[in-house]
Amino acid sequence: MQVKPILASLRWHKAGTILIALQIALTLAVVCNALFIVQQRMARLLRPSGVDESSLLVIQNQWAGKPATPQIPALLAADLDTLRHVPGVVDAFSSNSYPLSSTSGWSMGVRYTRDQKTPTTPSAIYFADQHALSTMGLRLVDGRNFREDEITDLDARATLAPPIVIITRALAEKLFPKGQAVGKTLCIGNAGPSTIIGVVERMQTFSGSFADSWVERSTLVPYRILSGISTYIIRARPGQLDQVVRAAPAALFAANRLRSIDASTGVQTFAEIRGTAYKTDSGVAILMAVICALLLAVTAAGIVGLTSFWVSQRRRQIGVRRALGATRSDILNYFLTENLMISLGGVIVGTLLAIGLNMVMISQFEMARLSLSYVVIGVVAVLLLGQASVLMPALRASRVSPVEATRTV
Amino acid sequence: MLIYYIELALRSLTRSRGLTMLMVLSIGFGVAASMTTFAVFRAVSGNPLPEKSTQLFTAQIDNLGPQSGKTKVDLPDALTYIDAMALMQAHQATRQTAIYPVGYTMIPDEVTRMPFGVKGYAAYADFFPMFNVPFRYGGGWSKVEDTRRANVIVISSQLNKKLFDDSNSVGRTLNLDGHVYRVAGVLGDWNPRPRFYDVNNSNGFTEAPQFFLPFTRAVDLQTDTAGGNNCPAPPPPGWEGWLHSPCVWVSFWAELPDAAAQQRYRQFLTGYANEQQRSGRFNWHANVRLHDVMQWLDHEHVVPPETRVSLLVAISFLLVCLVNTVGLLLAKIMRRSGEIGVRRALGASRGEIYGQFMVEATIVGVAGGGLGLLLTVLGVFGVGLVFAPDIARMASINASLVGLTLLVAVAATVVAAFYPAWRAAHVQPAWQLKCN
Repeated sequence: MQVKPILASLRWHKAGTILIALQIALTLAVVCNALFIVQQRMARLLRPSGVDESSLLVIQNQWAGKPATPQIPALLAADLDTLRHVPGVVDAFSSNSYPLSSTSGWSMGVRYTRDQKTPTTPSAIYFADQHALSTMGLRLVDGRNFREDEITDLDARATLAPPIVIITRALAEKLFPKGQAVGKTLCIGNAGPSTIIGVVERMQTFSGSFADSWVERSTLVPYRILSGISTYIIRARPGQLDQVVRAAPAALFAANRLRSIDASTGVQTFAEIRGTAYKTDSGVAILMAVICALLLAVTAAGIVGLTSFWVSQRRRQIGVRRALGATRSDILNYFLTENLMISLGGVIVGTLLAIGLNMVMISQFEMARLSLSYVVIGVVAVLLLGQASVLMPALRASRVSPVEATRTV
Repeated sequence: MLIYYIELALRSLTRSRGLTMLMVLSIGFGVAASMTTFAVFRAVSGNPLPEKSTQLFTAQIDNLGPQSGKTKVDLPDALTYIDAMALMQAHQATRQTAIYPVGYTMIPDEVTRMPFGVKGYAAYADFFPMFNVPFRYGGGWSKVEDTRRANVIVISSQLNKKLFDDSNSVGRTLNLDGHVYRVAGVLGDWNPRPRFYDVNNSNGFTEAPQFFLPFTRAVDLQTDTAGGNNCPAPPPPGWEGWLHSPCVWVSFWAELPDAAAQQRYRQFLTGYANEQQRSGRFNWHANVRLHDVMQWLDHEHVVPPETRVSLLVAISFLLVCLVNTVGLLLAKIMRRSGEIGVRRALGASRGEIYGQFMVEATIVGVAGGGLGLLLTVLGVFGVGLVFAPDIARMASINASLVGLTLLVAVAATVVAAFYPAWRAAHVQPAWQLKCN
């Protein structure tokens, strides 16, 4: 196909050419960035929390009358006993928080030594007892679990200084990149050293972007938390979660009615917790995907509209070319090549715009750098879209009869 | 003449239905996407207290010093109990209040009713006049009751409905965790969004608080904060130990009506911090800040980054739709070069041709705006998918949004029509006539 005559004819339609190219450029810039946002959000959404989500349930309980701290251990023990006897419940324990929580969570800086000035990394702190690992379905990859005699009571305001801890593999790898973590020590906050007795495969921290850079660095501490608000994590037998959701709070109220469990957020399955935690992420991903689809549709419609106009404007010239011996596929190729050339122009500008838009987002919204593969995918998509949308008007052009050459319009 | 143009425009628009429809769809979708995201953006970035936001200030005091190893200056977003009490007692502002979030269990009088959890704030008497809080019944408590550490409470109308069936409950009592409080007032419909006085503890868009009670009373009852508590070092044991620890958990707001008062208060704060340095509590230079309401919302990053990103993407989308409309209008107008040539030859001036096509574009814009409005309504309903429900709930359709949608649609189309109409006005009549 001759490129020169196409270029010559494009000079006659400068405005239309520039408009299509500009539209393709803008579309490419927005689509690249939007798809990149979709991918980043999806990556967050698909992170495993490390706990056995399908059979877990969380109950947030608040005792009425602000019981004094010394009364709480008995209340906790009674509640856990009640919960463990609910039909369908495998096990239960009480903690301060749970992975993906968007309401409460403790985090502390972890140091190698007490006098280290800045912490090595923040870590989520989860209160646990000997039931915690089996209840949540955490897999121990090294060392051992807590023993019953190692679990002590801790006032919610007291200093955290556990003699032993269990940490996640992610935290172990951050602290001790070479070699084993079990048997080594770490310091939580400014407290004295705690010996690592076990490493679990994975346990995620809280929801929220603040925890993104330390997403799997969690520490389990051997304490029962003494606070007016208690969080129970309950494991149900496979397939019996729905039944436990109804039976567990009812059993708690039957045993002791001086408590409140919030009607909307007091009892949550892990599926609900995950939904809440990633609501914004999935929403943004959907919004961006919708905008991408609309944008591509609008651009395709624009190309169809303008090309149709060009075809109808040039019917006579097409007729002349056909009369002079051009085949149908010559005409078809002409319009396809013309679109390809305009699109290539648009794509070059669009790539620069995409990178520019990404830089604005990096500086304004702390976004990540756009990876080049998204630009490549975007370029291919936009070029294909251009060819696809030009196909219909081009086919119509190829069907123009040579007789048109002899007609006056 | 205008009616004639409208007639011409309608005839031409119906002649090429496909192109017209594409333009209307393009404008409609572009406007709807940007208006929907704008509705959310407006909801979250609005001024929660426009009549007073420049007179209300929150204070920050550096109680950690440079030793914490931080490189950038990032003051704690709450105060220690010691500092908050010192500012309260100094009484240097027109009005002032310390605030912290608290939660209790409400124990209904009837034995048959279940206890339920309630959330609210501990504050001082000045809180209500300071923040222009409206009352349905009664009012706030008095300063005397602050100092007497009285068992008084102000409840929300929603809690009043639940407990007292919407009746005037002033003077009646209720039981929180075994302590009896006398109702001093019932709030009107009041929940400023974002909740500027507590954005350091929440995202600012959660449900309205159910009660307010005297700060002094809450401290007497050793009520823990239901919000953040940030300790640079472990606090000494016990309640008193915690109160006198360097843990930050109290917000402090002051009303400073004019520039002079603000200047004086800044000096006072600096003086206070210097005094702490002299007394040996701080071993660094005074580092204090005062933020008014909007500065504070900005400082606490209340507008979720998602909203800004979506707005940016939606505006880019509108831009593409505009470019698309320019192209389609151009195609549409140039297709009628012959007709324009005839009209010009028969005496129509360039201005008249120009006017005719601007009228045509305006009609497309109005139609696009209508469609855009419809899609915006759908979009605002669908926005619950995208943003957390407490934020999405706030995005609403009102007269100004309707007006803005139509305005943006028409303005965008008219802008898009400038170039095609200009091209039309410059069609050479002789050339067109010769051609045909």
